[in-house]
Amino acid sequence: MISIWFFIGISLAVNGALILAAGIYQLVNPPVNPGVVLFHLHANVWWGTALLVFGLIYCFKFAPGRQS
Amino acid sequence: MTPLLATEVPTRLVHLAPVDVVIVVFYFALVLAIGWYLKGRANTGEDFFMAGREMTAWVAGLSFLSANLGALELMGWAGSAYQYGILATHWYWIGAIPAMLFLALVMMPFYYISKTHSVPGYLKLRFGEPARALSAVSFGFMTVLMSGVNMFAMAKVMQIVLGWDINFSIWVSSLTVAIYVTLGGLRSAIFNEVLQFFLIWAGALLIPILGLYEAGGWTNLKLQIAQRTSEQYVHLWSGLGSFTTNPMGIHWTGIVFGLGAIISMGYWTTDFLVVQRILAAKDIRSAEIAPIIGAGFKMMVPFIVILPGLLGLAVLPMKLVPESVAKVTGGYSYNDVLPLMLARYCGPGLLGLGVTALIAGFMSGMAGNVSAFTTVWTYDIYRPFINSKGSDHHYVNMGRWTTVIAVLISVGTAYLVMQFASIMDYVQALFSFFIAPLFGTVVLGMLWKRATGPGGFWGLLCGTLSSISMWTWVKLDPSALRYVALSPHAKGLAQDMYQALWSFVVCVVVTVVVSLATKPTPDSELTGLVYGLTEVPAVRDVPLYQKPLFWAAVVTVVFFVLNIIFW
Repeated sequence: MISIWFFIGISLAVNGALILAAGIYQLVNPPVNPGVVLFHLHANVWWGTALLVFGLIYCFKFAPGRQS
Repeated sequence: MTPLLATEVPTRLVHLAPVDVVIVVFYFALVLAIGWYLKGRANTGEDFFMAGREMTAWVAGLSFLSANLGALELMGWAGSAYQYGILATHWYWIGAIPAMLFLALVMMPFYYISKTHSVPGYLKLRFGEPARALSAVSFGFMTVLMSGVNMFAMAKVMQIVLGWDINFSIWVSSLTVAIYVTLGGLRSAIFNEVLQFFLIWAGALLIPILGLYEAGGWTNLKLQIAQRTSEQYVHLWSGLGSFTTNPMGIHWTGIVFGLGAIISMGYWTTDFLVVQRILAAKDIRSAEIAPIIGAGFKMMVPFIVILPGLLGLAVLPMKLVPESVAKVTGGYSYNDVLPLMLARYCGPGLLGLGVTALIAGFMSGMAGNVSAFTTVWTYDIYRPFINSKGSDHHYVNMGRWTTVIAVLISVGTAYLVMQFASIMDYVQALFSFFIAPLFGTVVLGMLWKRATGPGGFWGLLCGTLSSISMWTWVKLDPSALRYVALSPHAKGLAQDMYQALWSFVVCVVVTVVVSLATKPTPDSELTGLVYGLTEVPAVRDVPLYQKPLFWAAVVTVVFFVLNIIFW
């Protein structure tokens, strides 16, 4: 049976990748009106990276083939 | 433009970028995929209703907490923090932690050893059929109403944030929950609750982090709140010496005895919605550890719920108002503070995750209600009173159909909820009606072997009726609040606290009096159900750090330290 933690890893990794991609796009093409405060912190870049790394660790550690 | 946005209204707070829509759609696809994957593992009653009783302590503990992270938690308490200040934190600390530890160390052994499927099922074993019937019917009634509250709250957020039509949101979320619970039963609900726990933290944690950065740290935030409101908005206990010196209009006795000793005990130890997750644990040590794990994380939830409400007081340019005023003036209500903060800080991608976290929170609450209702209906109403001779397969099918019907009833309830001015008051009133007397009945049943069947039934009935009577009395004559809550200065939430306290007292007094007047139950019939007649397996062969008592002590110390820091 696939572990619940594997599903969580998939969710975090995919969401992290999407958020990171959106952040990088905005970094390269800064919008004229960002629409949010503290835009200069580029939270989506570092938060997306953190989720992606965390998710990949879970995916690897709890991959179906690795579970007894 | 996706079809999802076709029903938008012009008042939306934000526009989703394509990446946000992808994140939301991915979430729905994943929860449905999990339900589909688990459908082959829900063929027996034990699998469908109890998740096979094979959950680890971590899965059961996070699910136990996540089932409570519904609409009330995310949106309602952020709004309450804006309205009442840090006092709202009491519902997370003294209003949860002692009760969770009490469940783990005192009550869970009786639930687990009796092998009951539900809380009403325990009442059947301990007090007989009448107490079970009363409890099952009142629980079912409360559960579908709560489910409707969840649906309505979610649809409201989607309308405010995204401009989605309320009807569209209700039907999409309810159909998704119906599909994944029908396919995988409780195991599917638990899996998705654990997933939702992570999404909620991933999606909501940025708000307090960025909010504190903008406000200049906690000390500056307190100063700004004190300037805009009063200093009492940032103190947990120092203003509770009088009804008139705190924003909530409540006395510390109401918080300690009404909330801490009765309402929270009732909710966290006898509400089957949350207890069901623990009953699915794989062994008794996991069942004892799971609520302690939940308590540890529960203490941290104010960081993503209460703090955004407090930050809203300091950084939002507009002033939020009660729901009834917002409807007239077109402004934003207290309950809108969380989505407003989300829109303030979260750009493309993050916004999609934040919206997904809200949807996940709402859907976890709804799924929890539906799966608990399905179990109680099938095992505590349908099987004993309608068809007691069905096969296991028949009851599983009944569970699947009940899931669909429960969702439909909840949808109807959501439309009813729209008629009420305040979501919070509505839910609190429900808690007071049923939960406090039920706690009195269950705890007496577990700890006092002299309590009899008639005592349990009449205590529960009289306690419930007394609660409904007090609520009706104050509704008809608001000045009666001075008698129920002991002060003319008391406000709505204070009424709930004292109402729960009195109904608990009525339940206990009636149970004791009737029990002493009726024939005692023989000890042989109480084995495994009552303290003193139940042999609880001791946790001996594990290291100290794996013992429930050790972690309960750790949580207790942190609990006291937090209360002192924010005194």
